[in-house]
Amino acid sequence: MKEYLLLFASAVLVNNFVLSRFLGLCIFFGVSKNVNAAVGMGMAVTGVMTASSIFAWIAYSLILVPLGLQFLKLVILVLLIASFVQLLEMLIRKYSPALYQMWGIYLLLIATNCIILSVPLINVESNFNFALSTVHAIGAGVGFAIALVLMASLREKLRLADVPKSLEGLGVAFILAGCLALAFFGFSGMITI
Amino acid sequence: MNTIILIIVIMGAIGIFFGFILAYANKKLAVEMNPLIHVVEDILPKGQCGACGFPGCMAYAEAVVLDKDVSPSLCVPGKKAVAEKVAQITGKKAEEVEPRIASVKCASFMDTAKLKYKYAGVEDCVAATLIQGGPKECPFGCIGLGTCEKECPFDAIKVNEQGMPVVDKTRCTGCGKCVAACPKKVIELLPLDAHVVVRCNSLDKGAVKRKYCPVACIGCGLCVKSCPYGAVKLENNLAVVDSSICKEKCTESVCLAKCPTGAIKDFII
Repeated sequence: MKEYLLLFASAVLVNNFVLSRFLGLCIFFGVSKNVNAAVGMGMAVTGVMTASSIFAWIAYSLILVPLGLQFLKLVILVLLIASFVQLLEMLIRKYSPALYQMWGIYLLLIATNCIILSVPLINVESNFNFALSTVHAIGAGVGFAIALVLMASLREKLRLADVPKSLEGLGVAFILAGCLALAFFGFSGMITI
Repeated sequence: MNTIILIIVIMGAIGIFFGFILAYANKKLAVEMNPLIHVVEDILPKGQCGACGFPGCMAYAEAVVLDKDVSPSLCVPGKKAVAEKVAQITGKKAEEVEPRIASVKCASFMDTAKLKYKYAGVEDCVAATLIQGGPKECPFGCIGLGTCEKECPFDAIKVNEQGMPVVDKTRCTGCGKCVAACPKKVIELLPLDAHVVVRCNSLDKGAVKRKYCPVACIGCGLCVKSCPYGAVKLENNLAVVDSSICKEKCTESVCLAKCPTGAIKDFII
């Protein structure tokens, strides 16, 4: 049990995917303009990440490992995630139009994002079992959501601030992301796995 | 060799597997859209200008078909003809829309206007405004670098060789994109059948304006006195014409002849 908790905490805080591994930065800057959108996006990423990591584990350990084709994992995972997200989009569109209104545009953004691909890859490389990889994926998603919501709240506040003209918009957002990352570096080394 | 065949088989199998799942899902999970939406979208002008308040023509078509409260006459570029057709298809009643077009409230050409400096930067009004509020001495005047021209989805506004945007009456749909894009707010939307227009945007005092612009409205008030119907008023050193009064009562625009600087002009573009 301790192992799972540690892994979860490590994925959320210590090895936060955005702020210490610097993955998924395009969504991090693209969808952090207001908190509502950030919450929606965070949930979407967590959901897709968990599901795709489960599928990836199944495909990897039940198909690729027995056949000795581990080196194909990158291609197979891309294929898997892209088709899965497409399918998920259709399902949501059919059965929950309200959710589609909220998530629809983000889902396709996620499909080709590095952060989704990186979680199954890290799982595979660390030889996690099924439960561990699922926990790791949930943790990574929650960590991403936390970072995104933090950033969105900061940027909402920032709109009222008097920023120098040359730094307005993305410029100051990058500086802000750097400060956030520095803060998260305070956690580094606390948990090593 | 064996591995290569294995790779081809595995990749092919997985690809085909997902392909079939997606194809099946596409059929099974197809969302039925009201076919009227496409009919309405075909009628709309598709400038994607957003003047209706929806993000694009498709979004408006969807809203107007599905939502009872969305008016069929929101499409500004489409004017009456489109509004009537949309109303007919959706079974709503078209409201009267007054056709309006863009008009530039400035007549000080680049070669006659007094300049503060010679601008040689990026060809964009917004960029020029950042440097001392633009090259012209007049802080309210048109900069003439064509930000409106680039913004117009209908190719209706062009900057002429004197550095002044000219609106093509036949093309302008009154969507208001140029009004929003202009950093000097020198473009306004006027009713298509307005009689006169004040081609000046400066809120400075008359004496100040006279120094930097030969064609400014100096706020002398001659037009106000000359108008027998009280359609012209002075606001912030600038003559303001109420075109609805002109349309109703005026047959001969006496204000045109009275203006000492010629800032009031016939509304012919």
